[in-house]
Amino acid sequence: MLDSAEGYVTEDGRKIGGVVMEMKNITLRFGGVVAIKDISFDIREGEIRAIIGPNGAGKSSMLNVISGFYVPQEGEVWFHGSKRPPMRPYEVAQQGIARTFQNIALFEGMSVLDNVMTGRLGYMKTNIFQQALWKGKAEAEEVENREAVEKIIDFLEIQHIRKTPVSRLPYGLKKRVELARALAAEPRLLLLDEPMAGMNVEEKEDMSRFILDVNDEFGTTIALIEHDMGVVMDLSDRVVVMDYGRKIGDGTPHEVRNNQEVIDAYLGVSHD
Amino acid sequence: MPDQLIFAMEVFLNGLMAGVLYALVALGFVLIYKASGIFNYAQGVMALFAAMTLVGVMNGQVPFAHLINATFGTHVYTFGWSVPALVAIIVTMGVMVLLAWAVQRFVMRHLVGQEPIILFMATIGLAYFLEGFADLMWGSEIKTLNVGLPQGINLWIDESTFNIFGYGFFIDNLDIVATVIAALLVAALVAFSQYTKQGRAMRAVADDHQAALSVGISLNFIWIMVWSVAGFVALVAGIMWGTKSGVQFSLSLIALKALPVLMLGGFTSIPGAIVGGLIIGVGEKLFEFSIGPLVGGATENWFAYVLALIFLVFRPQGLFGEKIIERV
Repeated sequence: MLDSAEGYVTEDGRKIGGVVMEMKNITLRFGGVVAIKDISFDIREGEIRAIIGPNGAGKSSMLNVISGFYVPQEGEVWFHGSKRPPMRPYEVAQQGIARTFQNIALFEGMSVLDNVMTGRLGYMKTNIFQQALWKGKAEAEEVENREAVEKIIDFLEIQHIRKTPVSRLPYGLKKRVELARALAAEPRLLLLDEPMAGMNVEEKEDMSRFILDVNDEFGTTIALIEHDMGVVMDLSDRVVVMDYGRKIGDGTPHEVRNNQEVIDAYLGVSHD
Repeated sequence: MPDQLIFAMEVFLNGLMAGVLYALVALGFVLIYKASGIFNYAQGVMALFAAMTLVGVMNGQVPFAHLINATFGTHVYTFGWSVPALVAIIVTMGVMVLLAWAVQRFVMRHLVGQEPIILFMATIGLAYFLEGFADLMWGSEIKTLNVGLPQGINLWIDESTFNIFGYGFFIDNLDIVATVIAALLVAALVAFSQYTKQGRAMRAVADDHQAALSVGISLNFIWIMVWSVAGFVALVAGIMWGTKSGVQFSLSLIALKALPVLMLGGFTSIPGAIVGGLIIGVGEKLFEFSIGPLVGGATENWFAYVLALIFLVFRPQGLFGEKIIERV
């Protein structure tokens, strides 16, 4: 493997580009509790980047820092080559960072289609009167957005539940709808918070396949948090390992797996 | 046709018209409740405030005249001009948007994530504040509001029913106008919430805050917008009621009549608010007509509430409300 400022080529031959997002010396505290301690890492164009660690390691906090739900006390967040000022979560989303949540945040009262359509809100540029009256460019725009959404719905194989209210769906499908909504925004960076949590083996396999396909088909840059070590090692190009808010490892799955500190802190404890 | 039946028909029609006005007020409640889960007790006072502001602007009244005169010993009461109704309505709408911003900035923003009951209490406080504020701003005397809406008996209906039944129905022109405006308003609100980006965002915020943030929706903006729309509905209701019965403080009490309407129609349904309003309007008029004389009259004061009570027992979510399902 070759690692340079311009990017590198993965083991399976995919070309990874330059740095999309860079976290520099991030420290996040809640009162006296240090959730994240002086962590730096980068995420590159087109790669699948995993953040792993035992419970309470600060993984979710890190994802929340990236998506703007938490503002770190120290450190800088760089996105596409410029330093990001403190932002609210919706502004981060408007910048092209989409996310899913560990315990699913969907619009339960809406249908699957409507849920996914909300991902396109940022692409609706016609004014409110045109939209209400269905006049002018509004119709063309709506059709365009619907096409983009239908493509994603097809891709994630949820056509059969398009019109179903989300509240009636089983857990695994809800996770997939959430992914669809995030994808509908055509994000420059996609954040997945434990996409496989609470799933059975079959659902996990499906979700892994979708994540790989999304990355492959749309070239989406993905950062994900995951508990399941096996899944992470198969999926990701590079892995950050956290423990008690510190970074204890960073590299390819192979490198991380052989890192003694990681083995002690995580692998050695939870696996034989 | 027997006279009683003809009278009943007239009562029925008048009930429909009255119901439209109830529905107008109920609509404002539903809007805010749907978008933020807040039951806005101040909706009725907002209608009052809007109507008072409209009258004040039209008559060129100096706001806070009493306060200014008491402080500086001056004697200013009016600017000495009068503003055309349409311009005054636009200015009033501006004031309502400003009010929406202030409510969000100074009250609701500090209560994000609190229990619904706390938000409800905050709106009660808001109601009393706004009532006093309106008093201070425009004075407490009863005012007449005339924005040029037609009033009085509709002669066409009177004549044509006279030709058919030999008895002319009394239908107020204002009620007909109110019905048309309410229908337009509902159509506009439905188009807004179903087809526009802002409407979709509004529904999204109502459903899940976190999810809404993650797709790039600013909660703050949506809430200001929702309160502005509710302010607009309050303005329309204020104009209708104000024209009908004068702009006075009892106007804020019409909010209480909206409560049974909401219990019938469901707190989350726009069509529910309309149908609920009509049922209450027709129900109380027909009840007064048929049963009223037997029990000494004045049934209109309590009929709506009893009806709501019965609904609460048998169908607490209302006719159109979302089903309440508890999973164990």
